[in-house]
Order: sequence, then structure tokens, then C-alpha cells
Amino acid sequence: MDIALEILSWGLLFVGSAFLVIGGIGVVRLPDVFTRMHGAGIIDTMGVGGVMSGLMIQAGFTIVTIKLALIIGFILYTSPTATHALARAALHGGVRPRGDETPEDESGQGNSSSKT
Amino acid sequence: MMAAVALAVLVTMALAVFRSIKGPTVYDRILAVNAFGTLTVVLISVYGFLSERPEFLDLALVYALINFIGTIAVSKYVEFSHMGRPTGGDELGDI
Amino acid sequence: MGFMAVIGFAVARLRNLFAVVMLTGLFSLTAAVLYVILDAVDVAFTEAAVGAGISTVLMLGTLALTSSEERVEKSGGSKWALVLVVVTGCVLVYGTLDMPPFGDPTAAIHHHVAPYYLEKSGQEIGLPNVVTSVLASYRGYDTLGEVFVIFTAAIGVLLIIGRPQFGRRRSHRMLVGELHESMRTNVILRVGSKLLIPVILLFALYVQWHGDFGPGGGFQAGVIFASGFILYALIFDIDTARTMIPARTTRLFLVFGVLLYAGVGVAGLVLGGNFLDYSVLAADPVSGQHLGILLIEFGVGSTVAAAMISIFFTFARQEH
Repeated sequence: MDIALEILSWGLLFVGSAFLVIGGIGVVRLPDVFTRMHGAGIIDTMGVGGVMSGLMIQAGFTIVTIKLALIIGFILYTSPTATHALARAALHGGVRPRGDETPEDESGQGNSSSKT
Repeated sequence: MMAAVALAVLVTMALAVFRSIKGPTVYDRILAVNAFGTLTVVLISVYGFLSERPEFLDLALVYALINFIGTIAVSKYVEFSHMGRPTGGDELGDI
Repeated sequence: MGFMAVIGFAVARLRNLFAVVMLTGLFSLTAAVLYVILDAVDVAFTEAAVGAGISTVLMLGTLALTSSEERVEKSGGSKWALVLVVVTGCVLVYGTLDMPPFGDPTAAIHHHVAPYYLEKSGQEIGLPNVVTSVLASYRGYDTLGEVFVIFTAAIGVLLIIGRPQFGRRRSHRMLVGELHESMRTNVILRVGSKLLIPVILLFALYVQWHGDFGPGGGFQAGVIFASGFILYALIFDIDTARTMIPARTTRLFLVFGVLLYAGVGVAGLVLGGNFLDYSVLAADPVSGQHLGILLIEFGVGSTVAAAMISIFFTFARQEH
């Protein structure tokens, strides 16, 4: 039984770290601010969830596990909320999502007006 | 093996820092800082495990909290360009 | 540490002040991680809470009052200044080469007071967290000074910026147009915060009392407590938040904390010991120490929380 738990925990850690890096690459390489939010979302959910769950299994059944579960719950709760606030701010600030142009005004008009 | 996890976190942090310096709009930077904060939480937890000192988890929890409040504050600032405009004026300032 | 160098460089070079504020947040964060690696958990705790959270929020408040681009000074750009700075830097680094390696047991700093604290703290005070025992008891006088500094900072901000705004009497009820201006109409944020704020306040209380056993204590708890109220003020508007915690209450707690701390010190005097000597506060010295530390940490937490809340409200109330 212990071996299975060990393998599970290392598997979770590995998957979690992989998603962390994937999310990070997403934040850097995706074209638009709204799409980059997806990348950050991957970091926050799969990345954090995977790594922390792996740590939880390694910790056994102690207060450490409860604290880790609290951290996961907290991040899962607050990260979408913060992203939502940010997306609203971006929309109100005038950033237009990249796929928003109709084919007609691709001739000369600017696409995303960004506020620095 | 745990060191590999820490390394993955550090790599992702570097990517986030890159976006925060480069990001053309301000929202990119806010996003990058938010992601960096979450990564710090993970790094502190992993490090706590590596050094067998679980007290670090309190720190990680505080950081997750502060990260959230900071992002909301910044979003509000950027959206409304103020942090709270008072409408009632009877109270004589804060003195 | 490479991170900190890159971030520091970017902070100095970027001229968009908003980006700079964000990057200073990042800088504080990497500093906190560095402290964790150096095994200084309490410091990391405070750095994370204060440097990365509250400082960013307050700097944004400042930005709201000034412009968002740094004015470029066309100065001569003296080459000599650069040379001087580089030379001084090199001299400083050369000086540090002479220092004993990190954690070296024969270093001078480990020989006088530090071993005394580490050895005696167990029996004289009996708290697992030596940092708290050093901060609150052995070096309690310094900490009293720190609390006074925070108190003075809050008073300074209140005096300089918190002047009454005459002639701004508008009706209390927000107009519909202004209602949209706040985040209050955003259901997600509203409900989310309402659920979250009690948890935050509870966590602040946990950190406050748990500081004896793990990292934490008055300073960190005060900051976390204040951030709960700041979150409320951000999501709902300032006036609603002000009715929740009126100016008089923050002033009261601001003063109460300092008075409590100094009062405990005076109580030590009255009961026959030295100023801030907790051993005489209760039946036996160890529980006297415990009681004293408990009380002064509460004083610290109270003043810090009130100071952060008043500074934030003062900044936020300013009209642009």
C-alpha cells in the first residue's frame, strides 16, 4: 500500500510541475492578454492542485495535510475571483480580445487598443 | 526529486517575471504578478517540505491571501483610477 | 537572488510608475522567498504580508494622487557619480568578503548575547518560538520603540493628508451613475468577499495568538487584520467601509495598543521590577513572562492594524 501511495504522490507532483511549466509557457507565448489569463489559470488550478496534492499524500494524515488542503481551497476560491476582476478591468479599460475584428476592418484599423 | 519540483517552480517564475517586465498592457503585468504570487506560495510549501519545517505553511497561506487582495486592489485602481471615492462629506476628515 | 537583481534593475529603468509599483511587489516577494531559504520564517512572514501586500496597495494610493509617468530629469548625467557609486559598491563587497561565512559558529555575533538567549529562553520564558521571546521580552524595549514608530507614522499621515474636506457635502445616497463606478454591482466579487473576510479576520486572530508557538505574532497579525478591512473597503465603497469601522474606532485602537504596551511596562515598575520586566506580573516568573508577552503582542497587533487601516483610508479618501 505504501508503494502505491508513494507512486501516486510522485505522479501528482510530476503532473503538477509539468502543468506549472506549461502554464508559464502559456503566459509568455499566448498572443493576447485574455488568452494569457488562461495560462495563469492553468498554473493556479492544475499546477497548484497537483503539487499540493502530491505533498499532501506525502505528509500523511496530520495538521500539515489540513493546512495544505486549506491552501488549495483558498487558491481555488480566490484565483478565479481575482482573474474575473482583472478581466473586467481589462474590458472596461478598452482592451479588445484578439478575435474581435470583423474581416472588413482589418484593412487599416488598429485592433487592440491597449492602455499601458 | 523534490528539488526537481522546486526547479520547475523557479522556471515558471522566470517566465512570469519575463511577462511582467515585457507585457505591453498593464493587465499583462497584473496577471504576471498574480501568477508569481501563487508560484511563491507553491515554492514556500515545497521548500517547507524539503527542509522538514511545516511552519512555513502559515506563511504560504498568508501569502495566498495577500496576493488576492493585492490583485483586487490593483484591478480596482486601474479600472476606476481611484481607490475609493467618498461621496458623503460630513465626517471631518480622519483626524 | 538573480531574480532580485533583474527586478531591481527593471524597477530603476522603467518609467511607467505603475509598472514600477508592480515590480516592487515582485521584489518584496523574492525577498520573502530569500528569507525563507535563510531560515528566517518570521521575517519572511512579515515581508510577505507587508512588503508585497500592503505596500503595493499604499503605493497605488499614492499613484492615484500623482501622475503616472516619471518626469525625466535632463540632468548632466555626471560620470563621476557613477564611478563613485561603483567604487563604493566594490569596497562594500570587499568588506563583506572578510565576514565569517554564514552560520559559522565562531563568528563574533554568536558569542555574546545570542547563545544566552538561545539557551536561557527555554527555562526563563518557556515559549517554543524563540523569535517571539527575543522580540517581546529580551528586546522588549526595542519593540516598544517600533510600535511607537508605527504609531507616529500613522499620526503623520493623518496630520498631513487627512485634513477635513470642507465644501464637499453631497448627499449620502449614491447616484446611479456612481453606483456603477464602484465594484459593488459585481456580484461575484461581492459574494466572494463576504465569504472570505470572516475567514481572513479569523486567520489574523490565529496568527496573533499562535505567534508563541510558530511564526507569527503581533505585527503580522495586525497587517492581516487590516487587509481584511481593506478588502472590504475595496469591494464596497469607502463610505460603507467607514461606517463599518469609523475613524474614532481606528484612533481608539491606535492609541490603545501603544498604551497597553507601555502600561505593561509601567506595571512592571509598579510591581517592583524594572520597566518592561514581565517576571513580576504573575505568581511565578514564567507565567509572568507569558502574560506579559500575550498582552504586549496584543498591543502591537492592535496598533499595527489600526495604523494600516487609517493610512489606507486616508489615502483612499483623497480626491484626485
